[in-house]
Amino acid sequence: MQRFPCPFCGLRDEREFRFAGEAGKTRPDTTQEVSDKEWANYLFFCKNAKGPTCEIWVHTTCQEYFVMERDSATMEVLDTTPMRKDVA
Amino acid sequence: MSRHYSAFSVFREGLRGHKGWAPLWRSPAPQDAYDVIIIGGGGHGLATAYYLAKNHGVRKVAVIEKGWLGGGNTGRNTTVIRSNYFYPESTQLYDLSVRLYEKLSRDINYNVMFSQRGMMVLTHSEAEMEIASRTVNAMQINGVDAELLDVKDVQKKAPILNYRSDARYPIHGAIYQGRGGTGRHDAVAWGYARAADQHGVDIIQNCEVTGFIIEGGVCKGVETTLGKIRSDRIGVAVAGHSSVLAEMGGYSLPIHSYALQAFVTEAIKPVMDTVAFSPMTGSYFSQSDKGGLVIGGGLDRIPSYAQRGNTPMQETVLSGIIEMAPALAKVKLLRHWAGNVDVSPDSSPLIGPSGTEGIYINCGWGTGGFKAIPGGGYVFAHLLATGQHHDISRPFDPDRFRTGRLLDEAAGSGIAH
Ligand SMILES: Cc1cc2nc3c(=O)[nH]c(=O)nc-3n(C[C@H](O)[C@H](O)[C@H](O)COP(=O)(O)OP(=O)(O)OC[C@H]3O[C@@H](n4cnc5c(N)ncnc54)[C@H](O)[C@@H]3O)c2cc1C
Ligand SMILES: [Zn+2]
Repeated sequence: MQRFPCPFCGLRDEREFRFAGEAGKTRPDTTQEVSDKEWANYLFFCKNAKGPTCEIWVHTTCQEYFVMERDSATMEVLDTTPMRKDVA
Repeated sequence: MSRHYSAFSVFREGLRGHKGWAPLWRSPAPQDAYDVIIIGGGGHGLATAYYLAKNHGVRKVAVIEKGWLGGGNTGRNTTVIRSNYFYPESTQLYDLSVRLYEKLSRDINYNVMFSQRGMMVLTHSEAEMEIASRTVNAMQINGVDAELLDVKDVQKKAPILNYRSDARYPIHGAIYQGRGGTGRHDAVAWGYARAADQHGVDIIQNCEVTGFIIEGGVCKGVETTLGKIRSDRIGVAVAGHSSVLAEMGGYSLPIHSYALQAFVTEAIKPVMDTVAFSPMTGSYFSQSDKGGLVIGGGLDRIPSYAQRGNTPMQETVLSGIIEMAPALAKVKLLRHWAGNVDVSPDSSPLIGPSGTEGIYINCGWGTGGFKAIPGGGYVFAHLLATGQHHDISRPFDPDRFRTGRLLDEAAGSGIAH
C-alpha cells in the first residue's frame, strides 16, 4: 500500500486518490474554429512518460485537486502543489 | 539434431539422453540493414516477423528485443484466448486470431497447447442476462460461436463456483464461447521465434532500441545498444513501452501504461476445466495443466511503468475469486507478478502508420492481446509488407481518434480486456 500526500489532509492511503489527467493540457478555445486533430489531441493523446511525470490528481475524500509530480517507474512522489487559488 | 518436432523425435531423443536437441533459434549479430525491423520480441513482434517471411516473402527481417523473448506481457499473461466481442470489426480481428490459433501448433510445428476448454462470462442478475443475450446475439450474427447458459448449464460446467442463493453475486447464467480457452504463453513466443528463425529472420535479444534514425523527417533505421541498424520500414510492437518509443520517433499516442497483475496458486486436484470471468468482481480464473489456479483481474488504479503490482488491486482480485468460489479461500498463492500494459481510450488496439514516415505501430492491446497474437501479427505483417492496411486492420488505424469512429469494446462487450 502506498500513501500519497494530499496538500490539504497530508499522507493518506492511495485508495482515496484518483488520477485525473496529465497536467498542462488546455481545452481548445471553442469560440474559435477547432480542428479534428486539435480535439483528438486534447481528448485522447498524451505523453504517458516513463520516469518523472506531472499530473493532476484528486483526493476523493476531501475533493482537493492538486498537481503531483512523481516517477512513473519507481512510484516515488517528488512534489505536490495545490491547484486551489487563495480567495483574495 | 532434431529440427522437426514429432512424437518420434521426442522418443528418439529420449533414448539418446536428450543430448541432440538444438537451440530453437540462432543468435546472430545484427546486420547493417534490413528490409523490415520489428522492435519488440513479444508475441506480436515475433508473429509479425514470421508472417512477413512466410506469407509475404520478405527476406531480410530482424526482431530487436531489449531483454529476452516473451519477457514482456507475452510471458506474463493469464493466457485466455477468446473472440467474444461485440462489434463486427473486433470479431473479425479476434476471430482471425482464434482460427489461426486452432492451426498454430501444426503450422509452426511447435505445441502451443491451445486448449479449447471454453470461456464463460458470468451474469449475476436478470438485467445482466438480458445484456448477455444481446451479446450472444451479436456474436452469432458476427459468425462466432456463442451460447447463453442458464445457471444449471453453468453449474454443470463449473461446479466449483458459488451457487448459494444468498451469495453476494448470485449466478444467473453466462455467455459461453466453447472455442475459447487457454494456451501456453511461452510456447507461443518460442514457437513463433523458432519458425521465424527457420524462415531466415534474425532474432536479436539483449539489444535495446534507444532512438530512431530520422533523415528529412523520414525514419531510416534505429539506434540500438548494439549500434545503428538501417531499414526503411520499422514495426513497433512494444506494448507498455509504446509511448517511450513514440517520444523517440516524434509521434504521439493515446495510450496510458498500467501495471496488470496475475497470480498462480499451489497445484491442486482438478476443480475447473473451463475459464470463468465475473464482470461484477472483475476477477477470472482457470486451472493450468499443472494444477495451479491462474488468476487475473482488472488494471491497477494508477498509470505506471513499474512491472510490479500493488496491494489494493491484489485484494480486489483475490476477494473477487473467493466470492466466485468460496471453497478456494484456503488455497495458497505460489507466485504473483505484473506486466506493463498499453491501454487505449476505446479498449481496442492501434494498428497503422505512426505519423512519422517509415514507422508503423501495433499496440493498445491492453489487458487482452495474448489472444490476438496470431491475428495481430498476420495483419501487421500485411501492413509492413505492402504499406497498405489489411481489410481487417483498417478499422483499427489510429486515425479513428480524429474521425471519431471509435470501437469502444469496454462499453460494447462489457468485458475487461
Ligand atoms: C497479468 C496479465 C494478464 C494478461 N492476461 C491476458 C489474457 O488472459 N488473455 C489475453 O489475451 N491477454 C492477456 N494479457 C495481455 C497480453 O499479455 C498482451 O496484450 C500481449 O502479450 C502483448 O504482446 P506484445 O507482443 O504486444 O507485447 P510484449 O509481450 O510486452 O512484448 C513487447 C516487448 O518489447 C520489448 N521492448 C520494449 N521496449 C523496447 C526497446 N526500446 N527496444 C527493444 N525492445 C523493447 C519488451 O522487452 C517486450 O519483450 C495479460 C497481460 C498481463 C500483464
Ligand atoms: Zn485531502
